[in-house]
Amino acid sequence: MNEQFEPVIVGFLCNWCSYRAADLAGTSRTKYAPNMRAIRVMCSGRVDPQFVLKALLEGADGVMIAGCHPGECHYVEGNIKALRRYILLKRMLKQWGIEEQRVQLVWASASEGNLLAEAVDRMTEEVRALGPLQWRETVLGGNGHKPVETAEVEAELEEVS
Amino acid sequence: MSDKPKLAMYWAASCGGCEISVLNIGDKILIVDDVFDLAFFPCIADFKHSHVEGYPDGYIDVCLFNGAIRTSDNEEMAKLLRQKSKILVAYGSCAYEGCIPALSNLTTKDDTFNTVYFDNQTIDNPDRVVPLVETQVPEGTLTLPSFYNTVKSLDQVVDVDYYLPGCPPEPEQIWAVLEVVVNALLNEGPLPPAGSIVGAGIVAVCEECPLEKNVKSITQFYRPYEIQPEPGLCLLEQGLVCVGPATRSGCGALCPQVGMGCRGCYGPLDGVEDQGAKMLSAIASVVTVGASGEDEHELEEKINAVMDTLADPSGTFYRFSMAHSLLGRVRAENNGKNGGKVK
Repeated sequence: MNEQFEPVIVGFLCNWCSYRAADLAGTSRTKYAPNMRAIRVMCSGRVDPQFVLKALLEGADGVMIAGCHPGECHYVEGNIKALRRYILLKRMLKQWGIEEQRVQLVWASASEGNLLAEAVDRMTEEVRALGPLQWRETVLGGNGHKPVETAEVEAELEEVS
Repeated sequence: MSDKPKLAMYWAASCGGCEISVLNIGDKILIVDDVFDLAFFPCIADFKHSHVEGYPDGYIDVCLFNGAIRTSDNEEMAKLLRQKSKILVAYGSCAYEGCIPALSNLTTKDDTFNTVYFDNQTIDNPDRVVPLVETQVPEGTLTLPSFYNTVKSLDQVVDVDYYLPGCPPEPEQIWAVLEVVVNALLNEGPLPPAGSIVGAGIVAVCEECPLEKNVKSITQFYRPYEIQPEPGLCLLEQGLVCVGPATRSGCGALCPQVGMGCRGCYGPLDGVEDQGAKMLSAIASVVTVGASGEDEHELEEKINAVMDTLADPSGTFYRFSMAHSLLGRVRAENNGKNGGKVK
């Protein structure tokens, strides 16, 4: 069977703009990819880079951070902080071998349900093209921090003893 | 042998600095000698693997294990010492969270071998000799421990009772911990709960740091050789990366006081899983370029220009905590088993 790969995207949506944009997309019956799992945060500036890394570790194929447009933040500058973090995080993720399409920052105001829906559609296709991330399985091996070759070494040790 | 408590200290993938740090407690080392019998301490006394193997389980009262787990030999020793020890302490940053050896989790084993055995300027290796796990010689088969793709901390291979952070731990902290242990062994005094981080503070290095702190507003980062920092002023404010805000105290802020930003060797604070991510957050908060109301693309370009001056963010923020980072290691092409090839 040749099923299409359905990426899991964790979305951190700000309470004041992007979460409402998602609400609007819903009430307007806008059709878009069901791959994004929305998590409401008070501000895109609340998104700790640890959240992003944890999502990727725990099985997400991509992470979307969505907030108000610069200049429209409910907390004045929260989204600018999010942007600064995101720019630095992107550089770091590149060093970790994670493609840049996997973590995206999107601005969507409360009236831009269509824009958010488009962004989710676009990101879903981009991540689908990249394929599954499966950090634990492919990078760390089956048991979290246990690296891939431990099983081999254990077998070796058994042989020796 | 006398019935004194037994002390062991072993090095895995480490530099040897941790052993020296124990001697750094000064004349108190004589008290250690009074209280303990050495059961295993390859740095300063002649013990063999077979001695340790011959001990009954739990024979060693306290084992200070330093160094990261880099090879199958490191892992085997960790398992052996766990079995033979009542209290196993991850001593120093390598055993606690990977430290400098774990920076090679930013690359692969094969790339490490290529650099070490072929590509370094000073290497002349025309026969392309690399160490192998097994080598056939006329006399039989020679073996070497296998070299892992990923460096691990001690607690990623065995259970650890206590963590003593630092690269290396500071003498007064070491002594404070030894005192507690001695008191527990001799007078049945209380021991901290298992899994505790001992010999360190609970606040950030900044709290201990005497440098004057004002508003942090950075528009450019400098590497340490590029500027002469203003004495007495917070280094981060001057654009020198200092990991103090994301690092546990306990060292007395030694590095910032001599003009070198905190490297982060005491690891993350309580409740933080990923020191690098926290430092990233802190750094992003003090960069003050860009304000709301500016054009979205211009904003991005301005911030990018500042971040361009920050060299190697992963290596800087995870200098000591790579093995304990959330993602553990970087993803290389076909990571793991089939990763690149040694040239």
